[in-house]
Amino acid sequence: MMDWSSWLPRLWEATYLTLYMVSVSALFTVVLGLPLGILLVNSDSRGLAPRPWLNKVLGLVVNVARSLPFIILLVVIIPFTRALVGTIIGPTAAIVPLTIAAVPFFARVVETAIREVDRGLVEAARSMGATNGEIVRKVLIPEALPSILLGVALTVISLISYSAMAGAIGAGGLGDVAIRFGYQRREDTVLLVTVILLIVVVQGIQLLGNWLAARVNRR
Amino acid sequence: MITLKGVSKSFGNGGNAVHALHEVDLEVGRGEIFGVVGASGAGKSTLIRCVNLLEKPDKGSVEVDGQVMTTLGDAELRKARQRIGMIFQLFNLLSSRTAAQNVAFPLEIQKMEKPLREKRVEELLEMVGLTDKAGSYPAQLSGGQKQRVGIARALATNPSVLLCDEATSALDPANTRAILTLLKDLNQRLGLTILLITHEMEVVRQICDHVAILEEGRVVEQGAISDLIANPTSRLSQAFFPPILDSQPAEGSVWAAITFLGGSADEPVLTNLVRKFDVEVNILGGSIQTIGGQRVGQLQVELKGEQTQEAVEHLRELNLRVEVR
Repeated sequence: MMDWSSWLPRLWEATYLTLYMVSVSALFTVVLGLPLGILLVNSDSRGLAPRPWLNKVLGLVVNVARSLPFIILLVVIIPFTRALVGTIIGPTAAIVPLTIAAVPFFARVVETAIREVDRGLVEAARSMGATNGEIVRKVLIPEALPSILLGVALTVISLISYSAMAGAIGAGGLGDVAIRFGYQRREDTVLLVTVILLIVVVQGIQLLGNWLAARVNRR
Repeated sequence: MITLKGVSKSFGNGGNAVHALHEVDLEVGRGEIFGVVGASGAGKSTLIRCVNLLEKPDKGSVEVDGQVMTTLGDAELRKARQRIGMIFQLFNLLSSRTAAQNVAFPLEIQKMEKPLREKRVEELLEMVGLTDKAGSYPAQLSGGQKQRVGIARALATNPSVLLCDEATSALDPANTRAILTLLKDLNQRLGLTILLITHEMEVVRQICDHVAILEEGRVVEQGAISDLIANPTSRLSQAFFPPILDSQPAEGSVWAAITFLGGSADEPVLTNLVRKFDVEVNILGGSIQTIGGQRVGQLQVELKGEQTQEAVEHLRELNLRVEVR
């Protein structure tokens, strides 16, 4: 029989750590990935400000970053992580690889969402004398917002699954508890509880994303 | 008001280049409703986009309201575009904004203060008869209503020129008529100069006073509708009154297309013709239309007999335009 009084605080802390890692890295991902996605769309030959060279380089960087499995990326960028946060252990250190893995993914999501905006709208805005900045702020982002919000939910869910891997190398969180206690010590109930917690978190995020996207969608 | 001189534009390069416009000259006077007609692929879209430089001409100059558009820098060009309204076939309204917010868009670009902006938006929606739809999103509006929002948006900054890119092609006949009536009304009330492109002669017939016909990127005919329609050989006239038969006239007879303008329709022209000359008149077909507010008729007849030449001369003396085929 399991002793809940000792497990509950541990599970609670693990959930908190997972949410901390995921939310902070999600925040950084949106802040970095949104401009990157916008740049990817608008630097290509049909964009607002074609820069073929920049477009090729950005596209290459994004593809390289996306082709690395997360567990490899985690190891490859250890020197960078250490330089940035001073350690490679703990949830704060995990935020670095999580963000680096999610930014290219989210940038592609943003790119796709913005490409779906009717080009006629951009043309109309140009005919009214809008600058490129105004077109991005007043046309592209608001019109792509429902898809972008769904993309944020998708990205956060990927971050949760990455965070479990980061947990395995010392970041803590639900993934760490599931592997160390649930699997390695054969505590089946703990494994089950962490899995249920993960499902609840993922469902909650997807529902929140759907709800927000539906709220801003006027089509 | 709008002057295009020697405007050429091609897309792509090398052997695959598509020459959309060749040395196009166009002159649109202040207060005119000028229609550019042509089949799809004739270069109409490119032509209208060269006026506000959404497409940059490869060659030639574009002048709008005394300002040479083709030499402007980016910032000046954006300023100049605020004085040229444009509406579109598929309306191009922002789906994330209400009707009122769509109309406010160009005013935001112009950095108008919010209280002034809201007042102006109200005026504009009233002008197009959509006051009750201010809070509706485009998805909740019909095609005709969407185009009204488009018109209100295009006129928000009080432009002197309105460009219409196939503005009624996506609308049903009733809405097309309503939108054309609104455009005509705005033209007269505000002295707005309208340049429209269309593939529908019906649009030209209903509201234009001047027209240019575009074929494979070249202007093949241009002028006042009343002048062009009076001339049975003009393409415009032939578009409105297509020749009825395309086989050859029988031996000893001539075919003639007689165009009646305004008052000349009152005289019993054909009766007089038969009485005065040794000719038989066989009517092949005819119609009367109101084109640009003017009634125009055309009769296509076959003349047979000894005095066909004299009969044609006589018709011409009556100031009727006669084309013998």
